Amino acid sequence: MLTISRELVDKIVAHARADHPDEACGVVAGPAGSDRPERFIPMENAERSPTFYRFDSMEQLRVWREMDDRDEVPVVIYHSHTATEAYPSRTDISYASEPDAHYVLVSTASEEETPFRSFRIVDGVVTEEEVKIVESYG
Amino acid sequence: MAIEVRIPTILRSYTGGAKAVNAQGATLEELIGDLETRHPGLKDRLVDESGLRRFVNVYLNDEDVRFLGGLGTPVSDGDTVTVLPAVAGGAR
Repeated sequence: MLTISRELVDKIVAHARADHPDEACGVVAGPAGSDRPERFIPMENAERSPTFYRFDSMEQLRVWREMDDRDEVPVVIYHSHTATEAYPSRTDISYASEPDAHYVLVSTASEEETPFRSFRIVDGVVTEEEVKIVESYG
Repeated sequence: MAIEVRIPTILRSYTGGAKAVNAQGATLEELIGDLETRHPGLKDRLVDESGLRRFVNVYLNDEDVRFLGGLGTPVSDGDTVTVLPAVAGGAR
């Protein structure tokens, strides 16, 4: 299960809407071992594409080092699909490389609603998990 | 002195869980060859027939080796090499 604050959900959805029709992507970092997403880090989609995303390699190095220095991990890795459902594609599955991360997908295909779903992707196997949105971590 | 190679979580099964290992070589290609002798299987996760795998980022100190010289990039004692799997995907 992914437990995430409403504020972070709103930020992820706002980023996805702002970059539509291109795919938006980013990370929510949290303390190592906590499984608690805390620090919102929107990333550049180096591909600037409606059907593909890739973190800019230099930005990724900077962000990953910063997480290392702060003893954080990428608790959530998110991206948007802009014309299809919020479910991992074959491409998403083949490149998933953080077995401990919650892979969040949002879809901006509809203007009325923005589905927000979370998955584990380990060794090519996708498992959807419940998303629990909380007002604060208490 | 040696060259420190920082290993991402997903590849630590090849390094007995170690976050960083030491290796030697004059170029990135030699360095990866040296790593392979102690951590068999690692090389195949980093390179294929055409060179560095497209969805693996390798950095020498603060630079992406793609912008340096790829596998031919010279390395020397005291350098740090960082491996990060690219974060990528998409609807296509």
